[in-house]
Amino acid sequence: MTETISVLVNGKKITSEVEPRLLLSDYLREKLDLTGTHLGCEHGVCGACTILVNGRTVRSCLMLAVQVDGCEVDTVESLTEGDGMLSPLQQAFADNHALQCGFCTPGFLMTITGFLENNPDPNDEEIKQAISGNLCRCTGYTNILKAVKQVSKSRKLKEVVKE
Amino acid sequence: MTFTGKNIKRKEDYRLLSGNSQFVADMQEPGMAEALFVRSEHAHAKLNKIDISKAENMGGVYSVIIAEHFNGEVDQLPPHSEFTLPQNLIDEINPIIQPCPEDILAKDRVIYVGQPIAIIVADNRYIAEDAAELIEIEYESLPSITDPYKAMEQDVDIIHEQMSSNIQAQFDLSTGNYDQALKDSDNVLKERIKTPRVAANPIETRGILSTYDSRNGKLQVWSSTQVTFMVRKYISKLLGLVEHNVRVVAPDVGGGFGSKCAVYPEEIIIPYLSMKLDRPVRWIEDRMEHLLSTRQSRDQTHDVKVSYNNDGTITGIQDYFVLDNGAYNPLVLTCSYNTAAHLRGVYDIPNFVIGGNCVVTNKAPTIAYRGAGRPEAVFVMDRIIHLVATSLELDPVEVMMKNMIKPEQLPYDSGLIYRDGEKVIYDSGDYPDGLKQALELANYDKFRKEQKKVKSDGSYVGIGISSYVEGTGIGPHEGAIVRLDSSGHVMAFVGSAPHGQSHETTLSQICADEFGLDPEKVTVKAGDTDLIPYGVGTFASRGAVTAGNAVHVASKKLQEKLLAIAGEILEISPSDLEMNDGKVFPRAMQNKYVTLEDLALAAKPGPKCKVPEGMEPGVEATHYFVPPTVTYSSGYHVAIVEVDEETGFVDILKYYVVHDAGKVLNPKIVDGQIQGGVAQGIGAALYEELVYDDNGQLLTGTYMDYLIPTAMEIPDVEMDHQEFLSTRNPMGVKGVGEGGTISPPAAITNAVCDALNPLDIKLNDLPISPSKLRQRIKVAKTS
Repeated sequence: MTETISVLVNGKKITSEVEPRLLLSDYLREKLDLTGTHLGCEHGVCGACTILVNGRTVRSCLMLAVQVDGCEVDTVESLTEGDGMLSPLQQAFADNHALQCGFCTPGFLMTITGFLENNPDPNDEEIKQAISGNLCRCTGYTNILKAVKQVSKSRKLKEVVKE
Repeated sequence: MTFTGKNIKRKEDYRLLSGNSQFVADMQEPGMAEALFVRSEHAHAKLNKIDISKAENMGGVYSVIIAEHFNGEVDQLPPHSEFTLPQNLIDEINPIIQPCPEDILAKDRVIYVGQPIAIIVADNRYIAEDAAELIEIEYESLPSITDPYKAMEQDVDIIHEQMSSNIQAQFDLSTGNYDQALKDSDNVLKERIKTPRVAANPIETRGILSTYDSRNGKLQVWSSTQVTFMVRKYISKLLGLVEHNVRVVAPDVGGGFGSKCAVYPEEIIIPYLSMKLDRPVRWIEDRMEHLLSTRQSRDQTHDVKVSYNNDGTITGIQDYFVLDNGAYNPLVLTCSYNTAAHLRGVYDIPNFVIGGNCVVTNKAPTIAYRGAGRPEAVFVMDRIIHLVATSLELDPVEVMMKNMIKPEQLPYDSGLIYRDGEKVIYDSGDYPDGLKQALELANYDKFRKEQKKVKSDGSYVGIGISSYVEGTGIGPHEGAIVRLDSSGHVMAFVGSAPHGQSHETTLSQICADEFGLDPEKVTVKAGDTDLIPYGVGTFASRGAVTAGNAVHVASKKLQEKLLAIAGEILEISPSDLEMNDGKVFPRAMQNKYVTLEDLALAAKPGPKCKVPEGMEPGVEATHYFVPPTVTYSSGYHVAIVEVDEETGFVDILKYYVVHDAGKVLNPKIVDGQIQGGVAQGIGAALYEELVYDDNGQLLTGTYMDYLIPTAMEIPDVEMDHQEFLSTRNPMGVKGVGEGGTISPPAAITNAVCDALNPLDIKLNDLPISPSKLRQRIKVAKTS
């Protein structure tokens, strides 16, 4: 038994036949070959599979593909700009050595993308709290914190310049 | 311009940040099937019957196999011969080692929860999981042994039938005269000190994809491993294949920390299945499987007896310890011997007796985890320092300084033999100065003054210190092939493959320096057994030392050859030539030059070849770096904590590290290793423990129960550096991968005890969970 779903994935409309039990994470990775979204625990704790659904962060291992019928889904592949340039957040990760093995990184990037949309000027505690649902085993987190601060600071600067 | 020592940005980052990385789970091959392991639900049981018929007949299932299906075709997995001991060490410590090969799938009996029993290969994981539900296994439960002390008793069941007892390995070693020291000393203390069983938990679990090309007999295996060459060797051996026909590739690897530093049964059987079924087969471990069956570590219990004088001088240590292997320990004595060789750390304690037992129990198998026996040793030693200081009412720093190896004693011969058969001789460093630096960084004296006031106001704040010396960069070898291609680009191929350590960046810095090139013009390739004939792997803080020096020397060799070729073209002695920015020119006449492309062309075999007589055509050089023995990194960790008396919660207020990793290749990457290592150590100190019940059932099988620290719990580590070059390799580097993880349990535990002082609380076991600490505080207050 399959269902037809229609999803806007990274700005592109995609229609698929899926089994109702297919996880959203497996749909993205196995059917659409968007392997940037990673699976670390498949029980909703590690955060490696975090993506945006209608602009809100979700764990794609805890959602079914049929649930995103008619939704907008953004994965880590959406962050790189059209010419392949890294986005300011991705660049900040590179600048601050905020990744080592890089496996958890896409989840962090998507969590932070969603977070900064709602809170563009966070303090340290707010950042820590925001990323506390993502586990990283390599970096010890502080460089990730620095990367987030670099981005929010540059955003702030931009706003000042605009004014 | 030199590039080593500078913060060159990582070459690895773009693909990892943009979602273009390639981990094993990201790979699909045409016609690929997925495998699922059915694992034991019992810690010890007879397998009376396994009925796979229903599963086999399910649509979408290609194969269901159990051990009897490949009887005689696939051998047992032996303990890893790479980790056997050299003869002179065997003569010294007289180890007892009982061979303990591992069945690829359980036959008629299971000996731990999570042991693989059957494999289902199906169209996809969903179908394989459906099929798993249809397999009927009739277990006959047997009594399980979860306590290693019980396992050592005379009248217990022996878990491995071919062994004469459950003690798989045992050794003793000593230096000086402990009994005499005990007689001559003012005091003695006796303690039991324990480090629990933990799991490495890389965020990427293990995974294997195998394809077989029956036309040319070539097996291609992608595995999330730290040791590609070992995986290739055992696949070839156990499946009876010509080694050349097996190619093992570790693509991007999402962390390992030791848990991927072994060959697993799954790495043998998935390739076997891809051959048998003649189709690509992929297996990706899920997190529950990881917690159940991926090799675990630590799990040591030490009974120590320490003799010491009233002035704080420690005169002798006697330590008998037990390492709970679980069902298997393929690295045999590696971790336990590391513990013995490292226990005294920075201290000059002349009389030392240590004996280790590695015991088989009905729990998951064990191997090494970041630090491999050193965090255990350091926890014991630094608890000793703290306990001696407390009993004499001295500041721990006084006891540390009193016993520390002085700079003038270096190189310091500790009287032991290292695992590689060489003497344990610390090569370079200044330990008291390192401690002073750490105390200054932490503002120790000021803290001590303020602590009194804060404590009198009712807050429990404390400071704890830990130190370590770590043998890093173990051999036997690691190699590099450095090659110039016809576009003038330099390639370096190495056998040691990264899982987050930034090889592509740091090794390109080393290479670039030799050629006067920008690191952008150097590409480093690793993680593929087809790149270079011999390789070992990335573990034991060895990458920078072994692969780093191999790249360094191979680059030098190639540079010399390029100068020789340029000398032929320019008709100038090579000693008068210089190489920079992709060009070779006479020192006196820089506008007369040949480019690297010219040299690559001139090196091609044939009549136009300009390679000097006596040299082989081609622009490639190989070097295998064989370290004389390990090189000794060292460090100090200082933790400042606050304990909530009501909840037992420990808050790390500040954390400081001073370390010596010899020559630093890339400061940002070195600091990143330390910060990340400390986070893992904090996990071990405060949160992480694999808990088994008396029946051998794992109670911490998900991330809801096995707690890994998050950004909320990890402070920004303040660091300072010492840079005592190693005398044992041309670049002077020492390893830095594990140092961060070694000391936090000891530093934090000492800090917690210091915070609660004068309450008599002994924390000789980890983790310091809130419930445990709260209980201990309660008891201390009422006694």
